[in-house]
Amino acid sequence: MYLQIMEQIKRKVAVGDWLPGDEIPSMRQLAVALRVSLITVKRAYLELDREGVIVTQHGKGSTVASAPDLRPRLYDEELAHHVEQVARLGSLLGIDADELASRIHDAAGRLKEELHD
Amino acid sequence: MTDLAVHLDGVSKSYPHFKLDDIQVKLETGGILGFIGANGAGKSTTIRILMGLVRQDGGAVEVLGHRMPDDQAAAKRDIGFASEDLRLYKTATVRWHMEFVRSIYPGWDPSYAELLLRRFDLRPEHKIKGLSHGQRVKAELLLVLARRPRLLVLDEPTTGLDPVARQEVLGELMEVLADERRTIFFSSQNTLDVEQISDQISFIDRGRIVDSGDKESFLERWRRVRLDVPPGVVLPSLPGTVSAVGSGRLSVVTTSRFDPAMTSAYQSAGATVHAVDTMTLEEIFVANVMSKREGNVA
Repeated sequence: MYLQIMEQIKRKVAVGDWLPGDEIPSMRQLAVALRVSLITVKRAYLELDREGVIVTQHGKGSTVASAPDLRPRLYDEELAHHVEQVARLGSLLGIDADELASRIHDAAGRLKEELHD
Repeated sequence: MTDLAVHLDGVSKSYPHFKLDDIQVKLETGGILGFIGANGAGKSTTIRILMGLVRQDGGAVEVLGHRMPDDQAAAKRDIGFASEDLRLYKTATVRWHMEFVRSIYPGWDPSYAELLLRRFDLRPEHKIKGLSHGQRVKAELLLVLARRPRLLVLDEPTTGLDPVARQEVLGELMEVLADERRTIFFSSQNTLDVEQISDQISFIDRGRIVDSGDKESFLERWRRVRLDVPPGVVLPSLPGTVSAVGSGRLSVVTTSRFDPAMTSAYQSAGATVHAVDTMTLEEIFVANVMSKREGNVA
């Protein structure tokens, strides 16, 4: 559940709803607004702080970090997820790593051609 | 000193056919604890002891700094209690009950009570006997909430409610927690409700607390690992393993102490890890109770 909250906050920052330096809702406020437990929101803020998306100062609340570097990271996470899926399906189908790599290579090649057309 | 709103320490109570044994519960001020157990697990007995309605055979009970049951009159000024045992007067209206509670408790907040009437979609002129189960539950909660007690003790507040009413009730409980001096202790059979709004969780089964902790670490610790175990490979027995079931090559290990190192341990033993799945609170509860009943150590 905390992952969903992290995702939502990152989106808000990514689309510019929350700007760098903006004060964001206190954990308790957000928990009440989302009707989820405080400890879940705490966990999300802690992870976001660790990732450098927000800055939490004890007793002062949280603000969006001055240079939250999100977008590449969001895509990175997405990519890592898909690569893992590929590896899993590959092992289910008994396709070895070289074959998987060459298929990805081919797919990338096709995409390149499409973009050039 | 931590500020505990509820502290049950080694509480026991024996009945001819049921026994509560060494109940430990700690709930900090400002927190919300979900008390999960099957029917007959001891939830209501624990709550009655907590409220001073039943005297424990052994152990100490402290609620909002008051020893229970001896100091219950003072404690109850600040506790709002709702349970299925409480009955409203069938032939009286919702409004009559509101005036009645208001005449007893000086903390009654009339404007909050009116707000709750609207939020819970209740009509004050309705008599209790004409209300549905859900409306009756919401009316009881209104009577308790509008007093703005420092501690809410709710015995299965969402049981029997439809999904909309459940969300109304859960939302209202979260509103209470916007004030960090207020605390909620609620029991439930519905793990979804508990998963949504609780900070602390205690599992009770057969009169004993089988596990307790903060919700996030609960969800973090428990995992289901799906493995391919080739013939001849024996899985190492790792600490925290709650159950390992398998047919043929496929095996599913449930663990209460997941660590990424586990997957490498299985892999170096010759097994292939297909997936590491998170578990819902419901799955954790069932796995936990089953393993304790079978006498395993989780």
